[in-house]
Amino acid sequence: MHFGLRLLAVVTVIVGTGACATIPPDAGSNPVDPFERYNRHMTEFNDRVDRAVLKPVAQAYANNVPDPVRDCVGNIFRNVADVPNAVNHLLQGRPASAVSDICRLVINTTVGVLGCFDVASKAGLEKSEEDFGQTLGRWGAGPGPYFVWPFLGPSTVRDAIGRVVDFFNVDPLYYIDSVPTRNVLYGIRFIDTRAGLIPAEKLIEGAALDRYQFIRDAFLQRRRNLIYDGNPPREREPDEEPDPNPATVPDQPKAEPTR
Amino acid sequence: MPSVTMSNTMKMKRIGAVAAIAVLALTGAQAQGTASANAPASAAAQGPDELVRALSNDVLDAIKKDQALQSGDLNRLNALVDEKILPYVNFEKMTQLAVGRGWRQATPEQRSRLTKEFRALLVRTYSGAVSTVKDHQVQLRPFRAQPTDTDVMVRTQVVPSRGDPIQIDYRLEKTDAGWKIYDVSVLGVWLVENYKSQFASEISQGGVDGLIKSLADRNRQLAEAPKKS
Repeated sequence: MHFGLRLLAVVTVIVGTGACATIPPDAGSNPVDPFERYNRHMTEFNDRVDRAVLKPVAQAYANNVPDPVRDCVGNIFRNVADVPNAVNHLLQGRPASAVSDICRLVINTTVGVLGCFDVASKAGLEKSEEDFGQTLGRWGAGPGPYFVWPFLGPSTVRDAIGRVVDFFNVDPLYYIDSVPTRNVLYGIRFIDTRAGLIPAEKLIEGAALDRYQFIRDAFLQRRRNLIYDGNPPREREPDEEPDPNPATVPDQPKAEPTR
Repeated sequence: MPSVTMSNTMKMKRIGAVAAIAVLALTGAQAQGTASANAPASAAAQGPDELVRALSNDVLDAIKKDQALQSGDLNRLNALVDEKILPYVNFEKMTQLAVGRGWRQATPEQRSRLTKEFRALLVRTYSGAVSTVKDHQVQLRPFRAQPTDTDVMVRTQVVPSRGDPIQIDYRLEKTDAGWKIYDVSVLGVWLVENYKSQFASEISQGGVDGLIKSLADRNRQLAEAPKKS
């Protein structure tokens, strides 16, 4: 059967079973997340796909593939990712960083045996994670509303645009001519990534009062941090200041500042 | 289909997987018992960067030496936090910032319960991850502050035995009792910021008592859940 049809069948079964997402009454009131109702449903859907298909596969991968092999596989994918890193660094007007990415690529592809070993990092060439969403951010585009993709998960309107551009322009796997080979590589890359997430899940389950909000806010903060390469300007909110006269000051609700 | 997920899921993965380290630095200063020359006992007189360095190294040393901590023994973690860490972390300020404007509505009693439950949640959630940080090393990143500053950010990176360095930063405030940590970030995700909207939702739905109850319920659930690896 065609892959798409099989996927559709799996999705239909998943969607057809189980309850819907719980939507809090104030959904959509947070300025960063006007599509909260949709996003929560989509998150629930993604979780269901994950539980049914992706996580079991990733778990089997994590359980059966030795650590050194998994490191090697992950490094190979990250090695080719230095191509989009370099392209985006150039677009951001940072040629020195782009040159560094290219040096990494050359060193890791040769000395590092096709990227299996990240020798460039050990040699002091720092690895970066750039994508077109970050480039748009550096050009001054705000994130726009939070947006959860089907299957792909957390994003924002800006990063969604960035993803599309990355996918068709700078994802090296996209240029592999053989479609089966390409799809297998996409699959392995996905499983490798998903397997890496397993340790984090339990932590989030325990730490979050509301898992959806926890992941959303972590994602948004993380993206902001990446755009500023780890040095985002501090956002001070008026409510952060300690309140000098706690017992006597009446509650004065203020609008949450948007960002 | 899955091709473009890589970068974002990678980030999410690391956020969770290593959040433990940062909170451990807050909750695990127990190493004083195993103190070396740079133990935090003398840290009150130190600069904030030195305090963070000493705390971080002491935490990692303590974990390396203590089987009970490695296996995530909650009583042990809690006792040590109570005894040793409080001098260096301002949990109340951390809670106040996370609660945001709801803090003003809260009575002193509610405030102390919020702080207690929030702290318990943090200690409990992250205790399970202690064993994963055994081989890690902490490095300070360049620190810029004026001697007159009373609110600073100290930036570090944790280098695991495999994988990339992890950016972990702290915010500290100068008090009469020395520098105190009141917020921590892993890969740019600040703890306080990440709880703000969750706390605000709880308060808008059930008031301050509703938030206290949610935190307490969550702590109870975690206590009752069978311990998994």
